Amino acid sequence: MTLNWKYIGRRFGQMLLTLWIIATILFFVFRLMPGNPLTAYIDPNFTKEQQEILLEQFGLDKPLFQQYLVFLLNLLQGNLGTSFVYRDDVLRVVARVLPNTLYLMLFSLIIAYVVGVLGGILLAWLRGKKGETVGIILTLFTRSAPQFWVGMLVLAIFSFRLGWLPSSGTGPAGVTYASEWAKFTSPVFWKYMLLPSLTLAIYLLGLPLLLMRTNMVETMEESYVTIARMRGLSERRVMLKYAARNAILPVVTAMAVGFGYAIGGNVVIENVFSWPGLGRLLVDAVTMSDYPLAQGAFLLAAAIMVFMNFVADLLYSVLDPRITVEDMG
Amino acid sequence: MIEMTSILEFFRQDKFALVGAIIYILFILVALFAPAIAPYDPQEMVRVDGRIAFNREPEKNFKLGTTNMGRDIFSQLIYGARPALTVGFTAALFVMVVGTVVGLVSGYFGGKVDSLLMRLTDVVFGIPFDPFVIVLVSFLGPSIWNIVLAMALLLWRDTARVIRSQVLSIKKRAFVEAARVSGASHSRIIFSYIMPNILPLSLLYGSLAIGWAILTEAAVSFLGFGDPSSISWGYMLHDAYVSQALSRGAFYWMLPPGICIMLLVMAGFYISRGAEEVLQPKLRSM
Repeated sequence: MTLNWKYIGRRFGQMLLTLWIIATILFFVFRLMPGNPLTAYIDPNFTKEQQEILLEQFGLDKPLFQQYLVFLLNLLQGNLGTSFVYRDDVLRVVARVLPNTLYLMLFSLIIAYVVGVLGGILLAWLRGKKGETVGIILTLFTRSAPQFWVGMLVLAIFSFRLGWLPSSGTGPAGVTYASEWAKFTSPVFWKYMLLPSLTLAIYLLGLPLLLMRTNMVETMEESYVTIARMRGLSERRVMLKYAARNAILPVVTAMAVGFGYAIGGNVVIENVFSWPGLGRLLVDAVTMSDYPLAQGAFLLAAAIMVFMNFVADLLYSVLDPRITVEDMG
Repeated sequence: MIEMTSILEFFRQDKFALVGAIIYILFILVALFAPAIAPYDPQEMVRVDGRIAFNREPEKNFKLGTTNMGRDIFSQLIYGARPALTVGFTAALFVMVVGTVVGLVSGYFGGKVDSLLMRLTDVVFGIPFDPFVIVLVSFLGPSIWNIVLAMALLLWRDTARVIRSQVLSIKKRAFVEAARVSGASHSRIIFSYIMPNILPLSLLYGSLAIGWAILTEAAVSFLGFGDPSSISWGYMLHDAYVSQALSRGAFYWMLPPGICIMLLVMAGFYISRGAEEVLQPKLRSM
């Protein structure tokens, strides 16, 4: 496993380029909005002084091209404007809710990938039997059920009917956690996170499971597996020690991509469970025409996605040396 | 080219694909004859003895009960097939055409064109899907065509990558080389030699895209950015969610739209899974 620094450097450059293009698209999309161009940054309800500060900061009285340059400069300094609703720096507002999204995502991904890998091995084990068909049909159910609908059913059953788990938020009304760490280590917080993360995990489960199954079936055909079998090792040992170990590599790569995608998928789940994360913030911002906040939340989600794609590509090139730079386009 | 007999043969051999096709046909029929099947207008606030019949549980007149506004849930469900199929098919068509053209041009011509198109694909891969659709729809206005547009702008990315790599491998085959040496034009090579070989793959991605599109429309409508003039399954679920159907345990309201979405999406998977096995015969022998 040698790292190809030239490839990494080139890929890193591409990542920056991608981010820059996305930021540019976003800049123009947010200027296409209904109303006058100032509405992208200035709430008519701001005080005169606030308005003037923002006017100056973002060069809103200048031509579009200059505004664009100012936008990029501000972006580099982490200045995304002031939220209309929270009356606070956009980056600060976004940073406040980001941990909630990350906890939810990581916890769901871990559940989904552990269960998915094991399920994939099981399905490969059951290949050709009735159990395989049943397993595949069940997996397809998880892929085709709308996430928000699963969330609604889970809520109606476990929260409202049975009363086992809370229905929304990260804690009881009125309770605030002393610090991020206090929240993370609080059993109450985990109780609130259980339903949303299980719902997200059900959806994420399908990809690692089907991928693991296909890879297992393929690696079982490889010569080293046949040789291990000929050496008289038990089928279970052959599957777990030889086949699964290699079949898992592409699943690891998929997890990096899955992390980026989960950011998008989170939007629906966070809204069903009123989970105060990035996705819910974005929807609220759009609904309340809080444009700077919407733009900031979107940009952060995009940045995470682009970065995870970058990580996935690197993992891919390290884990599978047969891939050449040319193949990656 | 795919002929009628081979399509019939394909469905005969693959039970999954057959089930998928039957589900599609049923839903298409329901959508076409919605006015004849639905007992009420989906927007009508139905009155019984002069009073609006709201929050009724399923009974003889209201097979699936009524909403909190007194609208017949069964009728809404029937009409909901229309936006679902419209969005599903049109979005899938765009995804298929754009993805195939980008992948084809990129893979076939290579060089600078390829780099440029693949960088573009990278950019599109970096845009979070649901947030993009929400932002675009809220700016352009809530209509199913804006949802379709948002999907057409983003979802071609997977198709383009897959088609490109397929074209790269077909390009190296002997029959394409032979055609080139004998002086065939680019368009002749593309349309007569490469297209027929990538068509099954584009169709597969098209059938997957139908499912994505239906799920996306449902999610966007659920979040409240849907087209208010057309009652879709996502809109029904939004309605149920905001009017406390969950805490009342009104499963007669929540279950049917979700099941319809699931069936339709799954039908697309079944068909494409079947197609996948036809495409990769080695899977079958294993």
